[in-house]
Amino acid sequence: MAENPVSRSRPTLIRRIGQLVIVPAAAVVGGFVVGGVIILISSLANGGLDFGLPFSAYGSLFQGAFGSLRGILFTIVSAAPLVLGGMAVGLGFKAGLFNIGAQGQFLMGALGAAAIGAYVAGAPGIVAIPAAIGAGALFGAAWGFIPGALKAWTGAHEVVTTIMLNFIAGALIGYLITGPLEAPGFSFSRTGPLGNAELPILFGTSIHLGVFIAFLLIPVVWWILWRSTLGFEIRTVGANPDAARYAGMHPAAITILTMSLCGLLAGLAGAGQILGISHFMNASYGSSIGFDSISVALLGRAHPVGIMLAALLFGALRAGSGLMQIQAGIPVEIIDVIQAMVLLFLAADVMLRRLLRVRGPSIEPDELATVSKTYGSGTI
Amino acid sequence: MDVVYAIPIIGVLFQFIGYVIEVTPGIAPIVVGLAAPIALGSLCGIMNERSGIVNIGIEGMMLSGAFAGFLAAGLFHQAFGGEGWGPLGITPALLVGLLAAVATAMVLSALHAWLSITVAADQIISGVIINVAALGLTGYLNRLLISPNPRLGAGTFSSFRLPQEISDFPVVGWVLEMFVEQGPIAMSVILLVVLLQILLFRSRWGLRTRAVGEHPRAADTVGINVIRLRYRNVIVGGIFAGLAGAYLTLEGTGSFQNNMTAGRGFIALAAVIFGRWTPIGAWGAALLFAFSGAFGQAVRIRPPGDAYPDLGTIMSAIPSQVYGALPYIVTIVILAGVVGRSLAPAAVGRPYQKEGKTA
Repeated sequence: MAENPVSRSRPTLIRRIGQLVIVPAAAVVGGFVVGGVIILISSLANGGLDFGLPFSAYGSLFQGAFGSLRGILFTIVSAAPLVLGGMAVGLGFKAGLFNIGAQGQFLMGALGAAAIGAYVAGAPGIVAIPAAIGAGALFGAAWGFIPGALKAWTGAHEVVTTIMLNFIAGALIGYLITGPLEAPGFSFSRTGPLGNAELPILFGTSIHLGVFIAFLLIPVVWWILWRSTLGFEIRTVGANPDAARYAGMHPAAITILTMSLCGLLAGLAGAGQILGISHFMNASYGSSIGFDSISVALLGRAHPVGIMLAALLFGALRAGSGLMQIQAGIPVEIIDVIQAMVLLFLAADVMLRRLLRVRGPSIEPDELATVSKTYGSGTI
Repeated sequence: MDVVYAIPIIGVLFQFIGYVIEVTPGIAPIVVGLAAPIALGSLCGIMNERSGIVNIGIEGMMLSGAFAGFLAAGLFHQAFGGEGWGPLGITPALLVGLLAAVATAMVLSALHAWLSITVAADQIISGVIINVAALGLTGYLNRLLISPNPRLGAGTFSSFRLPQEISDFPVVGWVLEMFVEQGPIAMSVILLVVLLQILLFRSRWGLRTRAVGEHPRAADTVGINVIRLRYRNVIVGGIFAGLAGAYLTLEGTGSFQNNMTAGRGFIALAAVIFGRWTPIGAWGAALLFAFSGAFGQAVRIRPPGDAYPDLGTIMSAIPSQVYGALPYIVTIVILAGVVGRSLAPAAVGRPYQKEGKTA
C-alpha cells in the first residue's frame, strides 16, 4: 500500500475502515497461506509433494461454503451461534474479562433449552418456544454468574475458573442426561422430544428462528455497549477499574453483571443449536463453538460488527470443511490450525502493521491489558 | 471406632476420615503419578510467572509434547526396534520420544516468549493461540499419521520396584514406596521440585529472576538484562511442560488421544497460585488435586463397606460424575479460598520496555 500524503492528511471514512480491516484481512490471508503449506507438507504422507492439493482443498472448502444456495444458507446457520458466542467473549473483553468459559455456558444453555423444551413440548408454540429459549439463556447466565461472582468476591481469576466450569458442565450434563433427564423409549440416553418447542424454519430449508435472534442481537449489544449507561460503565471498568471506582461505579457489580450477560449470550447460542438444529441432547453432546467464539471475538476486535464478519468467515470454514474432507481428504481439524494461525498473525500485529505500513490502531482491544494485569492480583 | 462413628452428624465426618485413612495407602502411588504432570506443568508456570510472564499456554505445550513424544518414539521404534536396557524399561525409542517432547514444548515456549516479550502482545492471547494451535495441529496430525497406523507405539517406561524387605518396613518403607515405585519421569519430579526451590531462593539466578518478576525497571537499573533473562526462563520453562507431556504418553498410558491433557495445564496454573509461586507449594497443591482425582477412582473400586454405614449410604447416593469432576471442583474451591490472600509477582502480565523506547 503506497502512502498517499493527501489522503493521510484527510482521513476519510473509507480510509478509516480500510485501516481497521487491512490487518485482520492480512491475518486471514496469512492463516490460509500457512494452512496451505501444512496441507502441502501433509501430502508427503501419500507419496510426493502435491502442489495442487492446497488449491483443490481450498476449492472444495469454498464450494462447500458458497457454491450453492444450500451452502450459503449453511454458512449463515453455522455463523449464528458464533455471532452469539463471539459477543459472549467480546462483551467480556470490554469489561476487562477473559471469558474462556463460553464453552461451558454454551453447553449449559443447550442443556436448559433441551430440558425445559422437552418439559413444555405439549404447550402451544407461543408459550413453549419462549420458555425453552428463556431457559437456555437463564442456564447460560447462571454459568456465567459463577465465575463473575468468584472474581468479584474472592479474586479467583476467570481464566482458570471458567475452564474448570467447562469441565464441570460436561460432567453435569453427563449425569443429568443419563439420569433424571433421560427420556424413556430411546436406544441411547437423550432428552425427550421437543414437540412445539422446536424453532420454526423461517427461510429456505435451514434458517430457523434462532438465526434471526442471533443477528438481531448484534445491534442490541452494540447499543448496550455504546449508547447505554451500563455500556459506559462496562467500558470504564474494562479500561481502568480503579478510575471506575473513583468515579463512583462498582467494578465488582459490573464484573458479575457482565459475566452473567456473557453467559446469557452463550446460553442463547446453545439454545439455538438444540431447539433449531439437533432437536435433542445426548449425554456426550459436544461442540467447539465455545472455543471458536474466542477466535471470533479476537478477530472481530470485540466489536459487534467485526464479530459478525468474523463469525461469517468461521461459519463458512465450518460449512465448507465437510466437503473438503470428502473431496480432498483433508481432516477437518485443519480449520482449527487455520484459526490459530489467524490469531497468531493478529497477535503479532505490530509486525504485520510494520510490514504493510499501516498506521491504524492496534487490533487488540485495549481492555485486554486489564485482563492480564488482574491475573493473580486479588479482588477488584 | 463404632461408638465414635455412631455419633449423629459428626459421626459421618469421622467415618469419612476413617475411610480416607483406610484408602490412602492404596492410592498413594497413584496420587504421586497423577500429580506428576500437574506438578511439572506448575514448574513451567513458576518459571514464567516468577519472571513476569503469564503463561496459560501450558496446556497446549503439554499436549504438543505428548503428541510429539508419542510420534517420535513410535516412529523410531518402528524403524529401529531396540530392546530395553538398564532399569525402568528405558529404550532408545522412549528416550528419543522424551527428547522430542521436550524440544517441541521448548519451541512453543520460544514462540510464547517472542510474542510476549518482543512483540509485547497480550500474554493471555499468546497462551490461547498456543492452546488452539496445539489442539488443532495434534488433532490434524493424529488423524493423518497415527490413526491409519494403529500399531504405532513404543510402550512405556516401567515403574521401579523396591525390594520387598524395604517396602515392608513400617512408615519409612511405605513413604519410600509411594515416591520411588514410579517411572523415571514421575520419580524425577521430586528432585526437580527441590532443585528449582533451591535455585529460585538460594542462587544468583533465582534472585535475579524474582527481581525481574517483581520490578523489572529496578532490575534493569542494577544491570540485569531483563529481556534476555525473561527469554531464557520462558524457554527453559518449556522443558517442564514437555516432560509433563512425555509423562502422559510415554509413562502414563502408552497411547495418544485428542485433547488428552484434559485441563491439566490449567489445573497446574491453579497449583501455582495455591502454592504461592513456590515449587514445593505448587507440588503440594498438585498432590492435593491428584488426590481428589484418585479418591474418585478409589470410591468406584472400593466403596466404603459395612464399617462405615452412613458414609456408604451417602457416597453411593452421589453420582459417579461428581467424583469425575472432583479435581475441577476442588480447583475452583481452593482458588476461591486462597487467591485473595496470595499475591502474584508484581510485574506478571506486563510487557517490559526500556525507558525512552516506545513500540
